[in-house]
Amino acid sequence: MIALETGTGTAGFPLLSTMVLLPIVMAAVVALIPRSRPEMVKFVGLLASIATGLLTVVALVDFEVKRSGFQFVTEHEWVRDWGISWKLGVDGISLFLVVLTGVLFPIALAGPKVRRDVKSYVAWMLVLEGACLGSFLALDLLVFFLFFELTLVPMYFIIAGWGYENRVYASLKFFLYTLFGSAFMLVGLLALVFLSTKGGHPLTFDLVELANRQALAASTARWIFLAFALGFAVKVPLFPVHTWLPDAHTEAPTAGSVILAGVLLKLGTYGLVRFGLYLFPKASVDLAPVLLTLAVIGITYGALVAAVQRDLKRLVAYSSVAHLGFIVLGTFAFTSQGLTGGVVQMVNHGLSTGALFLLVGMIYERRHTRQIAELNGLWKSMPLLGGVFMVVMLSSVGLPGLNGFVGEFLILIGTFVTHRWWAVVATTGVILAAVYLLWAYQRVFHGEPTDDNANLPDMTWRERGVMAPLLVLIVFLGVYPKPVLDRVQPSVERLLSHVESHSDFHQPGVAAGGDK
Amino acid sequence: MNAVYLIPLLPLLGFAALVLMGKRLGDPLSGWLATAAIGSSFVASVVTFAALLATDVDGRSVTKSVFTWLDVGGLHVKASLLVDPLSMTMCLFVTGVGTLIHLYAVGYMHGDSRYPRFFVYLNLFAFSMLMLVLGDNLLITFLGWEGVGACSYLLISFWFERETAAVAGKKAFVTNRVGDFGFLIATFLAFSTFGTLTYKGMFAQVDGAAHTTLVAMALLLFLGACGKSAQLPLYVWLPDAMEGPTPVSALIHAATMVTAGVYLMARMSPVLHEVQSVQHLIAWVGVLTALFAATIACAQDDIKKVLAYSTISQLGFMFLAVGTGAYVAAIFHMVTHAFFKALLFLGAGSVIHGLHDEQDMKRMGSLRKWMPITSVTFIIGWLAIAGFPGLAGFWSKDDILAAAWADNKALWAIGVFTAGLTAYYMTRQVALVFFGEERWRRADSTGTSDTGDTGDTGDKEELTEPEPVAANGHGAHDGHAAEPHESPWTMTVPLGVLAFLSLVGGAINLPFGKAAFLERWLHPVVGQFAPELHVATGTKVAIGAAVSGLAIVAIVVGFRLWATRPDRARLEPEVLRRAWGVDALYSFLFGTGGGLLAAESAAVDRAVVDGAVNGAGSLVRLGGAQLRKAQSGYVRNYALGIAAGAVLLLGYAVARMGL
Repeated sequence: MIALETGTGTAGFPLLSTMVLLPIVMAAVVALIPRSRPEMVKFVGLLASIATGLLTVVALVDFEVKRSGFQFVTEHEWVRDWGISWKLGVDGISLFLVVLTGVLFPIALAGPKVRRDVKSYVAWMLVLEGACLGSFLALDLLVFFLFFELTLVPMYFIIAGWGYENRVYASLKFFLYTLFGSAFMLVGLLALVFLSTKGGHPLTFDLVELANRQALAASTARWIFLAFALGFAVKVPLFPVHTWLPDAHTEAPTAGSVILAGVLLKLGTYGLVRFGLYLFPKASVDLAPVLLTLAVIGITYGALVAAVQRDLKRLVAYSSVAHLGFIVLGTFAFTSQGLTGGVVQMVNHGLSTGALFLLVGMIYERRHTRQIAELNGLWKSMPLLGGVFMVVMLSSVGLPGLNGFVGEFLILIGTFVTHRWWAVVATTGVILAAVYLLWAYQRVFHGEPTDDNANLPDMTWRERGVMAPLLVLIVFLGVYPKPVLDRVQPSVERLLSHVESHSDFHQPGVAAGGDK
Repeated sequence: MNAVYLIPLLPLLGFAALVLMGKRLGDPLSGWLATAAIGSSFVASVVTFAALLATDVDGRSVTKSVFTWLDVGGLHVKASLLVDPLSMTMCLFVTGVGTLIHLYAVGYMHGDSRYPRFFVYLNLFAFSMLMLVLGDNLLITFLGWEGVGACSYLLISFWFERETAAVAGKKAFVTNRVGDFGFLIATFLAFSTFGTLTYKGMFAQVDGAAHTTLVAMALLLFLGACGKSAQLPLYVWLPDAMEGPTPVSALIHAATMVTAGVYLMARMSPVLHEVQSVQHLIAWVGVLTALFAATIACAQDDIKKVLAYSTISQLGFMFLAVGTGAYVAAIFHMVTHAFFKALLFLGAGSVIHGLHDEQDMKRMGSLRKWMPITSVTFIIGWLAIAGFPGLAGFWSKDDILAAAWADNKALWAIGVFTAGLTAYYMTRQVALVFFGEERWRRADSTGTSDTGDTGDTGDKEELTEPEPVAANGHGAHDGHAAEPHESPWTMTVPLGVLAFLSLVGGAINLPFGKAAFLERWLHPVVGQFAPELHVATGTKVAIGAAVSGLAIVAIVVGFRLWATRPDRARLEPEVLRRAWGVDALYSFLFGTGGGLLAAESAAVDRAVVDGAVNGAGSLVRLGGAQLRKAQSGYVRNYALGIAAGAVLLLGYAVARMGL
């Protein structure tokens, strides 16, 4: 059973609440700065996101490695009669997503240039950061849902306001599609909360309490799980509810794409782990084959569709469909390796795909096109950018020694132990990833650059500064992932034993290891 | 024994240093730094080798851990190095030949606009290759395996401005990934079966494992080996890989990386030993690849393409050895092949360099008079690969064929025939390049000259016409007007050393009792898994004599044919020139077919999956538009609606009450 552990870490200081509220408060501050001072807006915004990022790093440093439960927990009663409270906490599963958010937002704010209305843009970005952190940290279902929904609003405005040609269609599609999924989730959420009062239990929205109650009948739990799963599947996005993603990614401004791919999609996969597996252990075991199959379809289908895209950014977007498929695969493998790999891959995908979107944005700023057919020979005209793109691409392809491999390998080996044939089919995704990425690289970067592509400035110092932390992390996590794995794994083990104690599933001995 | 850490570390440091300051060091300093890195790695290998040699035979397997790489649940993967006779043999020849080729590249790449970057890749390659052979578990081997694959990709497409080079690099990587798919699944299978990925841990449990599991594992690893070592049906990337600079072809696509598959098979010998059926398959794939590639080599005009197909063919011989359980012979041939094939590639590079980037053998000829060192060393390499008695290739090929004889006469017969073909196509190459007419004098020549001096093997020792060493760079693209020149010393010294090794390299495993060093040295690793060879000494001598006789006949015939006339269309049938059309077939199947599949998927995604979403959206909008009409504001319309509703409800109630 999972009992609540109150965190000590930084005694007294409400670290997590500050983390969530700081960017939101700073968004309000930004809103007060006069519109005529864009440089000040930028400065304050960047400073706020850096400060928030530092807070996430503090959480990382103070995080106790061996502990599997929630740490730094803060709880304040909100609506007593309904059992709603402002409750935040972090464990190994959410820790690195929080840090990832803290790292990516300053990069997204500092990297790409903003052409118009800097003030609103920065304000929306800060709101978005707070909402993302809130979603990852919330331990109360209602608080989670509010933050989860809150992420939609700023993202909608960022795509609609600072996006490319087709931004109106894309932003509306993004908004409606995800809202459609969330509607199911809200119904499921309320059903869960009210049905969990069966047997005289008090009404509560507390995640840990609800997970431990397991008061629902098996068939009811299954339906409610499906409602949650649909909401998260849209967000992931899982085949066949993925088609909002290519449009949204392609039309969003660079920073929007970075955050969308790097952080927002993880809300879906994180939700499946935190709310799917944790709240509905039995139902998720029973329905695992469905999700595994959709994940495998996403991996292969996403890769195939990516291969024939003519727009470089759209290609990267479809590669996300494939990569997120891997994460879902690992999640529903129900092994230490699969689930840990899934969590690690959420972070890795955020780093490498975030980096890819930044690089595509740099190309766009120079060439004002993303059409692969119009680009060629860029490695010759921009040696550094070509080299950086190569490293990031190899990470995305899953080359051992770079971060992408660690997650992918753990997912596949963990899946193989319980669901052999799914893993075998998913492994073909490794071949396909090489096909579409190398082919794109060849067309864009190889060859002799013609006219417009011949004389382009290489990466500026600012761009180098933006890419440097990502590159360092890509190499470091590939070579020495131990610090991450050591923090993720205890929480994963705890979740797995929770699943095992509420279902007839047991992890094979090979995967669990002797120390269990 | 701690020197083993330095073996991969030094090239890694070289790589890191070159990434950071390669540009500042420039040409040729960056090349020298890289050469020093791999050279000192060779020294470290020698030191480790000596330490291992001094150890008692039973203790010649030491694991050295560096750090924990992946540790999740029951999966424990350490970055560890395994020091044993097999890994040290690999290290010695990888770093040894590697150093020579680095040195050669210092001169060969001189003047290239991306000179430092070349050595960045080369040192990274050396590091990866050393991790591959030193890894104490499947996953570290896989790390090296993928690393060399990535370096191979980067180096084949080094001159990426050329479309063909870019395409070839991608093709190599993707084809290798098909093999890697097998390697990965085998790794998963090993983990779920044995609970460990270390070689020692797996081999200790082989006895208790299900036969089908071992079969699957062996087959999957062999698939990986077929990709990396360019065997049927995954060989197609290697001929195209010749788009890379010649030192790359010598180092990666002849001497070291492509032998990784053979190494993997030897490393997995305890598993292969249990699955005879897979061994037979390996032997047959090997011998058929050898024959297949040798036939193609007979009809190629590109000096490097001939060598590429020859490499595929020679790798086939190594797999033949693996398949018959003759692991030592496989490793032996791997080493001697590294010597003479690296020599031949570097010699070819020297020729290309000397002729200002000419690769068509039909436009060469008589170069022995202009490039004395290159031609003498090349000729030694030719005799070694042809199996001329006494030279390195003779001994190692002989071992393989003896093992084939003991295993299956059909394998042996095909092997012998292929050995004859080898002697023939290599003679054709030597005759076309170093003998005959000086066809390069006619810039517009299409190589159709049919007159000319008959070359004579006898006068090769008298090549004394000294040419001033032209130290100018690779950058000189002044056409054929200039006469061929000998290469600078950085290029000729490696040629000399490799020629020497090709002459005497057989000494590491002479088939005379105690002289068979490699046999005894590798015995602790593969010895117990190799079947005892029951070939009478007399038979063995007879076989050896027959094979050498065939080789000499092939040399004489080849020479009489090709030193006199470069155009013999009947001996170069179109089907062989096109490599049996396999490439065309593949590009149709995977290029056109795969492209169609992907395009169809994208169309489905647009029309069906997304179409449904947009369709639902339109439906809602349409429905809304229709419903809006009902909201007309006229009270009489609403009254009509209410009345109709009441009637319907009433009718329903009446029906339910069963009246």
